[in-house]
Amino acid sequence: MTAAAPILLFDRVICRFGDITAVGGVTCVIAAGSFVALVGASGSGKSTLLKTVNTLVAPTEGRVLFGGEDVSALNPARLRRRVGYVFQGVGLFPHFPVGENIAIGPRLAGEKLPPERIAELLALVELDPAMARRMPDELSGGQRQRVGVARALAGEPELLIMDEPFGALDPVTRAALGNKVRELHGALGLTTVMVTHDMAEALLLADRVLVMDGGRIVADETPRALLAGEGGDVAQGLVAVPREQAERLAAMEGRLA
Amino acid sequence: MNDIWDILPGLGDKLAAHVVLSASAIGLAMLIALPMAVWASRSPVVARITLGLASLVQTIPALALLALFFPLLLSLRAVFGEGLPTLGFLPALMALTLYALLPILRNAVTAQANLDPGVLEAADGVGMTRWQKLALVEAPLSAPFIMAGIRTASVWTIGAATLATTIGQPSLGDPIFAGLQTQNWALVLAGCVASAGLALAADNLLWVIEVGLAKRSRIQTFGGVAVVMLGILAALWAQGAGSDDRRIVIASKQFSEQYILAQLIGARLEAAGHAVEYRDGLGSAVVHSAVASSAIDISVDYTGTVWTNYLKRADNPGREAMYDAIREWEWQTNGVKVLGRLGFENAYAFAMRENRAAELGVASLTDLVAVAPRLTVGGDPEFFERPEWIAVRDAYGLRFAGTRNFAPTFMYNALQSGEADVISAYTSDGRIAADRLLVLADPKGALPSYDAMLMLSPRIAQDQGVIAALTPLIGAISVEAMREANLAVDREDAAKMTPKAAAAQLAVKAGI
Repeated sequence: MTAAAPILLFDRVICRFGDITAVGGVTCVIAAGSFVALVGASGSGKSTLLKTVNTLVAPTEGRVLFGGEDVSALNPARLRRRVGYVFQGVGLFPHFPVGENIAIGPRLAGEKLPPERIAELLALVELDPAMARRMPDELSGGQRQRVGVARALAGEPELLIMDEPFGALDPVTRAALGNKVRELHGALGLTTVMVTHDMAEALLLADRVLVMDGGRIVADETPRALLAGEGGDVAQGLVAVPREQAERLAAMEGRLA
Repeated sequence: MNDIWDILPGLGDKLAAHVVLSASAIGLAMLIALPMAVWASRSPVVARITLGLASLVQTIPALALLALFFPLLLSLRAVFGEGLPTLGFLPALMALTLYALLPILRNAVTAQANLDPGVLEAADGVGMTRWQKLALVEAPLSAPFIMAGIRTASVWTIGAATLATTIGQPSLGDPIFAGLQTQNWALVLAGCVASAGLALAADNLLWVIEVGLAKRSRIQTFGGVAVVMLGILAALWAQGAGSDDRRIVIASKQFSEQYILAQLIGARLEAAGHAVEYRDGLGSAVVHSAVASSAIDISVDYTGTVWTNYLKRADNPGREAMYDAIREWEWQTNGVKVLGRLGFENAYAFAMRENRAAELGVASLTDLVAVAPRLTVGGDPEFFERPEWIAVRDAYGLRFAGTRNFAPTFMYNALQSGEADVISAYTSDGRIAADRLLVLADPKGALPSYDAMLMLSPRIAQDQGVIAALTPLIGAISVEAMREANLAVDREDAAKMTPKAAAAQLAVKAGI
């Protein structure tokens, strides 16, 4: 990721809710084409910061630039169609079949998505194209989140933002879908920002990891640098957990061998 | 006694009026409540205020709410002119609409509050505008719950619409009120069966729509809506077919004598070639103002009632002077023509069982003073608010152990069962003789006279045809003839008559 143009810029962003400061002054540039993980404990401000991008949250101070434009100056509905959004709640519309759920973004823009394109999007997330006619309550949790990803990609977004996208899934589904998203990121040339509290997931999927604590970014490193011990105490505290798990697993394997 | 199954087929026009009124009220309530619910879902303050107001309306008894619109509309005539109707459809519609607001509003607000937050976040996330979110997500997901509210509102409204009878709007309440007053239980039952049947039918039909919405079955939803629409259209068509030129509207208050006299007047007018319409079971205060405003054309009122309630007089100048003063006052202030007196008096009087009166040694109101603290006095629902009661109470210094209200026909039963020792009876009531009651003398003349008068609204005050048809009634009805007719309607044995039959017999007796 060298010399790529910045697609997203956080400029001294502060978000306060009453007396609580969720984001306490974040300045950060995100290059086009990068896969960035935003990691931190619950309440560290990572979700709030992410939601300033598609203006689901408006910063109290500072600004967010998307493609060089201040997001607060853009029409929110139009902005959100350019930014794919995947979140833990998935939020499929229960009264629309899967196909209509996927096609909703383009439909709002006045464009009718042809069935072939819906089939293609379903295939992208490894679902049977025949599923387009099913209702969301007929799907498993993993299938629903796959549809959620397909819906986020339907409008050919410039940016994909994900808020704990795999948090509610079982570990096997979670790993498979994580890899799938990483693959699509590369194949479709996306820029992706993913919020997660799971450092292992961040290290395995992202090419840049931002660690947040108390509303601030306390580390900004590549996975490799974090594994090499960079990034300070908070980041290393988060890295220690999966590392220790991996070492214990390796030790068990050693004993078994 | 008529069989209920003979009565039901004759209720078609009342059913049609009932359907049109209820459907209009629910439709209007939806038009008001649904946008309010949307607004409330965006602002907790609005939610609190609108739900609070709608709940407040619910605490007002439906009967009172209906009655309150009469003076309200009367005062609004200052703004909208004399053409504003004060009785009938308009006030009934307004009151029932207010009544239907709460269930619709509450269900709509609750449905919106309980929408899955994830789905709402997704709606924002995919870039829906406010209106798209409302139309594509919030409205369809809330629809089954809103429909449940509409169902509740429909059942309430259809039930409460029976009370519209009291403000002169035809409905299935007409047979209920008429039957209650004349103790014709088949008529009461027929009205109840018809309105309950209508409520159940509406509830089931709307349930079909609700389930259709929940299952997202377009066929079921639109099929249900189509049947509802057909029902309303059929009722409208039936009503439209019945209404032509303005008929002569005859009022009756809520007691048997009024029903009989209305039928007697109606029969004479029909014989003279006029089309007539009855507004039965109206409140006493409503009738007087309704005649003054020509919402009703003909009523029978009583000198004492008009004297104390509308001229606001407490003195008693004597029978003739009182009548002349009323006649002049009605003509000058209201444009109402008092055609004349029918010949009998229906005065308020206090009555006791003969044996009970003898036991206590009571023959007059003066005798009653000493024993009153041990006795319960019963009156019709308005009696203890009336100036006549206050005049008698204060003139004699009467203090009773308790006062109880009864519907007029039940007062006599209360006297027989001992639930009341003294009642405010009416002198023309047939049951005074039949029940062996003693009418207590009024030596101080505290109660005014109550000559029955025929009142014509300003609209027909100069109608020579009407005047010619009704003039023979003047002075023609003796108190004995009236008592006999009243008893024929009020009695509960095989000789019981409908008001119409009693009116025909009365006409023969009176030689007209």
